[in-house]
Amino acid sequence: MIHLSTPITETAIRALKVGDEILLSGKVILSRDIGHKFMVEQKPEWLKPILEDAVIYHCGPVVAKNPDGTWCFVSSGPTTSIREEPYQAEVLETYRVRGVIGKGGMGKKTSGGLQKVGACYFHATGGAGALLAERVKRVVDVKMLEEFGSPEAFWIIEVEDFPLVVTMDSHGGSLHDEVLATSQARAQALMS
Amino acid sequence: MSTCEIPKLTSLEIVEGKSVLPKGWKAELSQPATLDLGPAVLELIRRSTSRLPQDVIEALVARRNAEAEGSRGANTLDTMLENVVLADEHVAPLCQDTGNVIFWVRHPFGVSQRRLKAQIRDAVAEATKRSWLRPNCVAALSGKNPGNNLDPFGETHPVIHFEEWERPGIEIQIMQKGGGCENVGAQYRLPDAALGAGRDLKGVRKCIIDAVVKAQGQGCSPGILGVCIGGDRVVSYERSKELLLRKLTQTNSDPALAKFESDLVADLNSLGIGPMGYGGKTTVLGLFVEELWRHPASFFVSISYMCWSSRRMTLQVEPTGAAVFE
Repeated sequence: MIHLSTPITETAIRALKVGDEILLSGKVILSRDIGHKFMVEQKPEWLKPILEDAVIYHCGPVVAKNPDGTWCFVSSGPTTSIREEPYQAEVLETYRVRGVIGKGGMGKKTSGGLQKVGACYFHATGGAGALLAERVKRVVDVKMLEEFGSPEAFWIIEVEDFPLVVTMDSHGGSLHDEVLATSQARAQALMS
Repeated sequence: MSTCEIPKLTSLEIVEGKSVLPKGWKAELSQPATLDLGPAVLELIRRSTSRLPQDVIEALVARRNAEAEGSRGANTLDTMLENVVLADEHVAPLCQDTGNVIFWVRHPFGVSQRRLKAQIRDAVAEATKRSWLRPNCVAALSGKNPGNNLDPFGETHPVIHFEEWERPGIEIQIMQKGGGCENVGAQYRLPDAALGAGRDLKGVRKCIIDAVVKAQGQGCSPGILGVCIGGDRVVSYERSKELLLRKLTQTNSDPALAKFESDLVADLNSLGIGPMGYGGKTTVLGLFVEELWRHPASFFVSISYMCWSSRRMTLQVEPTGAAVFE
């Protein structure tokens, strides 16, 4: 198990390989469908200091408002990442993000971005919403809540020991490609 | 190999203690004009969003013990089981994607569907306010989110299927179907030249294998499959989803289909996709197949994929008015 904290250096991220199990601590920014389209089309400057050397998380959380007006995460597992494939590589390059957390893996374009920028794709356990919410220590801020709605807003959070697996690394490796190839070959055999 | 045991959820006594229903609550079934099932539906949502059905938990444990010790497959199933315990303990949604919320309502003659629909919609809005449901209903093009899980026209969310039956009680079943697994469902039209699939069970088998390979881990495997053969496009898909209400322990009443199901589950688990698509021996937890009548020209195979977090629950309002959850 490898412990990783933000801000993440390029050296630290380049050392990671497909299959590594990680416990991540530090700053994570939630963004999914509307946010990725927005980041590519509008390229807002105000997001740059927030995202640099941090990690993006594909997640639309269930949140609750505390009596004092602060927020807490009730359930917050990953959503399917492939929907951000058209945008992810450009987001990585524009904002110098060091990692993306999601589920299901991403495609060739994103892999190119990971290699160029020096970043990893981290896989979280889908459906483990209650467990992953426990690892969220604090909701620091939220941006575009009114405009995008709660599942799509940029939630800025601090996590501690967030359990992840590197499934795409900065050297072109992808566990998803390996599993896809193996399962397709087996399916061919089953169907013949 | 060390094994993992079936985790214990909180006792029914504790669950009853946290119920939104007052002790001894009863529905006034004899007064259809004032009958209010809203509180019972709210309690149904509270339980279904936070308590995974026992048969699914037991299947996850059995598959965890079939994976190699220390493997990513075993570790991932452990994480899932840990999540099941936490969600129950905290009455937190098992998954942040609390899904499309779908109801099947069966009621006797004389019960007003309009009134029940309003009560169910109110309960869904209240459950959203209490953070038991995420606001998951948005306008198709603008993405605008009303924040309460109610589509303003009362047509598409929550989805409510009504049926009148001959029994005196009322049954309400709920399913919370996440978007990730909904997206990997598929409908095939046989014959399919690309797959080499004809209009027979061998052809159906090819469709199912193809859909599971295409899904990889994206529907949050290990999944549960509902497969409907026949019908028109709409009924076929609808029935395939309704099949997901079955318990994993229930065997198909058609012996040929029962054998087809168990053989194919073993084959699908040899694909190597594994929990969350990380590789491993567990790709599906179960498969339900049903045959419907069809038009001679059409032969549809509709596949609904349910994620491992298969949230479903039944409320029985007994003839006495008492609410029973199972």
